[in-house]
Amino acid sequence: MIFALAGNQNCGKTTLFNAMTGSNQHVGNFPGVTVEQKVGEIRSAKGCSVVDLPGIYSIRPYTQEEIVSRDFILDGKPDGIINIVDATNIEQNLYLTLQLLELKLPMVVALNMMDEVRSNGGAINVKLMSQLLGVPVIPICAAKNEGVSEVVSQIVNAAKKRIMPAVQDFCPDGPVHRCIHAVAHVIEDHARNVGISRRFCATKLIEGDPSMADRLELDENEKELIEHSVVEMEHETGFDRNEALADMRYTFIEGVVADSVVKCHESREHKRSVAADRILTGKHTALPVFFGVILLVFYLTFNVIGSALSDLLSLGIDALTTLVDRGLTAYGINPVVHSLVIDGIFAGVGSVLSFLPIIVTLFFFLSILEDTGYMARVAFVMDKLLRKIGLSGRSFVPMLIGFGCSVPAIMATRTLSSDRDRRMTILLTPYMSCSAKIPIYAVFCAAFFARFQALVMIGLYLVGILLAIIVALILKGTAFQGEPVPFVMELPNYRMPSVKSVMLLLWEKARDFLQRAFTIIFVATILIWFLQTFDTRLNVVADSTDSLLALIGRFIAPVFRPLGFGDWRIATSLISGFTAKEAVVSTLSVLLGTGMAELGPALSGLFTPLSAFSFLLFTLLYTPCVAAVATIKKELKSGWATLGVVIMQCSIAWLVACAVYQIGGILL
Amino acid sequence: MTLDELAIGKTATIKAVGGEGPLRLRFLDMGLIPRTHVTMQKMAPMGDPIEISVRGYELTLRKADAKCITLAEEEGAR
Repeated sequence: MIFALAGNQNCGKTTLFNAMTGSNQHVGNFPGVTVEQKVGEIRSAKGCSVVDLPGIYSIRPYTQEEIVSRDFILDGKPDGIINIVDATNIEQNLYLTLQLLELKLPMVVALNMMDEVRSNGGAINVKLMSQLLGVPVIPICAAKNEGVSEVVSQIVNAAKKRIMPAVQDFCPDGPVHRCIHAVAHVIEDHARNVGISRRFCATKLIEGDPSMADRLELDENEKELIEHSVVEMEHETGFDRNEALADMRYTFIEGVVADSVVKCHESREHKRSVAADRILTGKHTALPVFFGVILLVFYLTFNVIGSALSDLLSLGIDALTTLVDRGLTAYGINPVVHSLVIDGIFAGVGSVLSFLPIIVTLFFFLSILEDTGYMARVAFVMDKLLRKIGLSGRSFVPMLIGFGCSVPAIMATRTLSSDRDRRMTILLTPYMSCSAKIPIYAVFCAAFFARFQALVMIGLYLVGILLAIIVALILKGTAFQGEPVPFVMELPNYRMPSVKSVMLLLWEKARDFLQRAFTIIFVATILIWFLQTFDTRLNVVADSTDSLLALIGRFIAPVFRPLGFGDWRIATSLISGFTAKEAVVSTLSVLLGTGMAELGPALSGLFTPLSAFSFLLFTLLYTPCVAAVATIKKELKSGWATLGVVIMQCSIAWLVACAVYQIGGILL
Repeated sequence: MTLDELAIGKTATIKAVGGEGPLRLRFLDMGLIPRTHVTMQKMAPMGDPIEISVRGYELTLRKADAKCITLAEEEGAR
């Protein structure tokens, strides 16, 4: 049996999902549903699994989350619904509950955070609430694993016996009641044919959900009948259709709450949140605190914890490489195979793998910031800035992470609630200069701009940001026109994150990354190795200047002539920079036949200060590395769109560098 | 008076919910419907968006959007 787990955002849904399934989770696809869903086997019930639906407030066809949830419930045909409700915010949470009840599927309501309600002097008459809602209501505390097994046994029982919600009529006699029943009557046969509750279909039709009319294949005559009833209802109530239904639902909820809930006095959690917010979102303190937090996270990730773990992992990989190297040599294996394994696979995948600790550490901090509720505040504080470029405050954090590494930044766009914002943020993130480009900047700045090193560095970062803003404005006016999802967002109370949820998330991100490292990145590194090792007649080259890669470099080099750096060695280094940006510098040093220490002087033979600056701009802006491209492909779910991103990045890089070199040449 | 004009710390009752399309539906879904009490909590450091409390929870929305919500006469601080 399959159950759907539905609930608002911030109500502890993921915690309950983790408590029910442990680490038995995987991402699956369901018929009719295009977006991936998290599925887990329920530990205490054999043969039962639960699907974690996105957090939603209502079932409407507007945001991606709502569409995914609705499609799964209507097309995935779950055997039952587990509706998790935040007991500390009950009125608003029950709004979704009423819509789920209309579906007439076996259902239980899990009343989460009951411990918080009780400890603040509140109480909920669960028995009475069960009666009023017509489904089992079970008090739970997902974080402490209390009541979870009860939820499982109740939903399994309800699904086995096909026990349907007993209450469906939330409307007192009156115009709304008459309208819903009139519409339900009109569409009764259609609803039966598609196997969806007629009451659910009726309210969605009244709300004007166009996909419902298509789904039911209504004819014009029926649509007219429905419209007639709705207009009559609007006339009689003085509300428009959506207002009337929202009012009907909230009136019913207020009744349930008045009868069965003893509201607590202002909770400790809320008082604590208000106090914390005085500083965290205070007029003068919000921005300094925010930048302090971000700097600390970056410092700890890239300088302390992540880099230490990264070094450790590199040591491990190096040791393993040496071991395999010796083994292969002792075995006397063919030198080409030896080179493939050591120079290709181990060096390539190894260098990408050493990112793993950084990504995991960064996500550790981010998930803590997210789970405590701080990210919602960041969106609140930063919204005004980002609105100017057509995004909302929620996009700020992923873009900021982009300064560390594009891979976790693009992965972090998952937290954005709208698909439009997510795509746009993914396209803009590569403009944030990632930390792997720092070695390139450092070498060039030291060699050409010794006196203005810091200035040039900062300038590069600013150029990236400036271009992101320009691109955002262009995207806003062209490809990403249309309505952004409204920024009407709940600010949850600050809460301690659950260790288990954080750990599971880290495992998930690490697994994602490893999967990519051993698939697409693996192939890419082998390809680069192949190009570096062979010449056109597939002979192994003695010197990399004869390799296929050098050939391609020579072929492409003229493209860079207008940019001021037409040498084939530079073109080659840019190609190898596709595997990882650090490789630009190492390739240059190999091709110039110098150690890293003498690289600076050697470069001055190839560049003038102007062309060096043009080169820096090009490396700042051209295609993201293979790991980032693979991530973009995964998140955009489209190979073509990803190719588009790569081409666009390269074109913009070329144009900017060319303009700077040509105009600079005239001026200087 | 509209919601964006409500003074910090003051409570008022919603009279009408305007706005169009998804924005309006979002208001209604979040419980901003006529006759609901709302309290202005604060403004973001840059003056926008605003934070209000409604039905026992905190909600943030932009000032331009809050303009769509008309309030009845002010009732004084909670």
